[in-house]
Amino acid sequence: MLLKIAEILFIFGVLILGAAALTWVERRLLGLWQDRYGPNRAGPLGILQPVADMVKILTKEDWIPPFADRVLYVIAPAIIIIATFMVFAVIPLSPSLGVIELNIGLLFFLAMASLSVYSVVLAGWASNSKYALLGGVRAASQMISYEVFMALSLAGVIMMAGSFNLRTIVEAQQGLWFVVPQFFGFVAFFVAGLAESHRLPLDLPESEHELTAGFHTEYSGMKFGMFFLGEYVGVIVTSAMIVTLFMGGWHGPWLPPLVWFGLKMAFFVALFVLLRAAIPRPRYDQLMAFGWKLLLPLTLANAVITGGVLLAGS
Amino acid sequence: MSEALAATQALEQAPGAPDFRSQPTADAVPTLWVAADQLRAMLRFLKHEIDRPYGMLYDLTAIDERLRQHRADQPASECTLVYQLFSFERDDMIRVKVALAGDWRAPTITDLWPNANWYEREVFDLFGVDFEGHPHLTRIIMSPTWQGHPLRKEHPARATEMGPYELPDEKLQEEQDALRFRPEDWGMERKRDGAELMFLNLGPNHPSAHGVFRVVLQLDGEEIVDAVPDIGYHHRGAEKMAERQTWHSFIPYTDRIDYLGGVMNNFPYVMAAEQLAGIQVPDRVQVTRIMLSELFRISSHLLFLGTFLQDVGQMSPVFYMFTDRQKIYDIIEGVCGFRMHPAWFRIGGLAQDLPQGWEKAVKQFLNWMPARLREYEKMGMKNALVKKRTRDIGAYTYEEAIDWGVTGPGLRAAGLEWDLRKQRPYSGYEQFDFDVPTGKRGDSYDRAWVRFEEMRQSLRIIEQCMKNMPAGEYKARHKLTTPPVKDHTMHDIETLIHHFLSVSWGPVMPVGETSAMVEATKGLNSYYMISDGGNMSYRTRIRTPSFPHLQMIPLLCRGMMIPDLIAILGSIDFVMADVDR
Repeated sequence: MLLKIAEILFIFGVLILGAAALTWVERRLLGLWQDRYGPNRAGPLGILQPVADMVKILTKEDWIPPFADRVLYVIAPAIIIIATFMVFAVIPLSPSLGVIELNIGLLFFLAMASLSVYSVVLAGWASNSKYALLGGVRAASQMISYEVFMALSLAGVIMMAGSFNLRTIVEAQQGLWFVVPQFFGFVAFFVAGLAESHRLPLDLPESEHELTAGFHTEYSGMKFGMFFLGEYVGVIVTSAMIVTLFMGGWHGPWLPPLVWFGLKMAFFVALFVLLRAAIPRPRYDQLMAFGWKLLLPLTLANAVITGGVLLAGS
Repeated sequence: MSEALAATQALEQAPGAPDFRSQPTADAVPTLWVAADQLRAMLRFLKHEIDRPYGMLYDLTAIDERLRQHRADQPASECTLVYQLFSFERDDMIRVKVALAGDWRAPTITDLWPNANWYEREVFDLFGVDFEGHPHLTRIIMSPTWQGHPLRKEHPARATEMGPYELPDEKLQEEQDALRFRPEDWGMERKRDGAELMFLNLGPNHPSAHGVFRVVLQLDGEEIVDAVPDIGYHHRGAEKMAERQTWHSFIPYTDRIDYLGGVMNNFPYVMAAEQLAGIQVPDRVQVTRIMLSELFRISSHLLFLGTFLQDVGQMSPVFYMFTDRQKIYDIIEGVCGFRMHPAWFRIGGLAQDLPQGWEKAVKQFLNWMPARLREYEKMGMKNALVKKRTRDIGAYTYEEAIDWGVTGPGLRAAGLEWDLRKQRPYSGYEQFDFDVPTGKRGDSYDRAWVRFEEMRQSLRIIEQCMKNMPAGEYKARHKLTTPPVKDHTMHDIETLIHHFLSVSWGPVMPVGETSAMVEATKGLNSYYMISDGGNMSYRTRIRTPSFPHLQMIPLLCRGMMIPDLIAILGSIDFVMADVDR
């Protein structure tokens, strides 16, 4: 029991530290790719930047705009934090490490991902500001649409592993990672994950060039910090899910399983950052058309073909 | 002068032309005086009936004539309206003047040219001329609560002439009320088809408004029903300042009109002053001016491209482009000693000769830049998402563009191959070999593409400047060159006195009117100046390209979505200082 609590605290701590470190890593990586330095003042290589940011953000005045809906305004940032952290509970980090083993782990992940939509929508609504509202409306349609493809893109994986249990799914990839037979599923999941964690190029709820800051225009201080943290945890969680579902989880030669898991995850996190540095943002209706006209048929075809091949093989 | 004479003679004989009286000017632009009741007939004649018509209302402004002493050759007038028309068939300009007296009233011409709307509002705002029949004659540059009309001669020019500023509670309340948004004041309705519309205030500080610019949007969801641009937040009264600065000391103010254009702003100003003074500048001056202006053109276009791509969500290019701009600024700094606002051109020459080793710096840049441009082409201009975001967004035909006063890359993007540097070369551009890139569709993408290609052409021009830089002096030997050539001052007292006066009081320009135009970074920029025989200008009119470009925004974005508006704003490439002056 004590050991389990220690394990939970360890994973929780690593995740929080990871998200905090990611704020620095992302800015340094962006700096690297954009021919500039990024934060390099606080501590060696600027590694203490997250601490400085944290001190600043925690000591800011906790202010709620007088025109906002107070209750929802406060609840909204909490939802995203809770929902994204909860997802991590079902992810198996190594053969022995993992908070909980649910035999509906995958469904749990999808449910939590859906819940995080509420955070963005409620923030947009409760702020009672036009820019935030537009961001909230965009978030609602974008995230709800992309949830559909996210779930559909996983149908093939579920069929191949024969289980919703994430640990079983990882173990099923012992010989061959699912990214090979389920390549289209992987692509669709990646795009959907990008949309779910609303990162550039799919950051339409935020899109600073159009809506100043979208749904969190009115937020400041630690409440804003929670959205920020939620976004980074979202990036980590999405990367972890990609690794678990398609990249063979902890599998890999020579190195310990946990290290493999961490390396693969770091690769996808860096890929997320690189995408942000490289790709422009599509328009809202173009994004919707891309989802419904391209991703939906693609994922459906993928599910049908996978099912057909499996049936023929059995 | 003979050309202008021929043009006016042809007009006199043209069938159906209203009566006019012509006036000689230093810039040889045909200048016609017509009676106020003949104005509309004359303009309509010039736009529609004459052979090879004057299609564009290039500029509309006014002159407060009440304190002017030397105007014996002109009809009596208290306030003169000046309409400048441009013909792309003739590559030529014509000026129509109307004398106003008494209550300063004139008929509107908004039905002839849509872009007359803002110009007439500006004249109303700054001079108090009442345009009868104007659809929405309100202040445009000054705040709605402003008292008086700033460009009238009786209006004070300095804060010290205006008495201390006070803001009692009632006045505060009044100012606050003036800020309140009422859609009706902007010509917008609150409802459409029974459904309430949303109004979104974009700016004056919005990350993509490119300066202190405000657009009030009427939205149906995210679709733009109507947009009303609001300008004036960056107004500094440059034209008023010109009436209080010597001909020489106004040069630094011109730098700040299009603050990305640097010396490009000095260019039309000093050319106009040289026309008044009758100075011919040496070849070396001409080529140096061209070289520096083209460097600034690249610098400005780079910033445009970076922010344009950023507006459609591509974050990185702007950082790469600042690296290149830094290299340009290194050259500019080496030559001028300043970076953004060098104020380096002088009436009759340059502030200094080019420094030793300038060729090396320019050569390095010429070697550096082409590879970078290839990279930007691959990364930005050929990016599928960028194309998807900007193709067919905010498109106009070149007829529309001419009607709305669009010049420069915006006009070329619509397919008209017209570049002032080719069609009416100034400062020796005719000796250079370069192409004029054009677009086809006139959409946001084409506007970016034309600017992108122009950078390559500017590199060619700079290379030719570097290879063929003429030897010679960097100042004209003329008594009005400021500061004058100094080598005789220590030998003869007469020259010393002239030098002293011209440096301490400023040069005294001969009486006259003139204008000079350049192909600036954003379009045609010109200075129209009147000397009343003093050491300061009697009236300086700065015609900037961005002003009419912004006026076109509602036309471009109706029916589009907010992200499209951002792409359009980015593609217009405006600078608010260039709009408001």
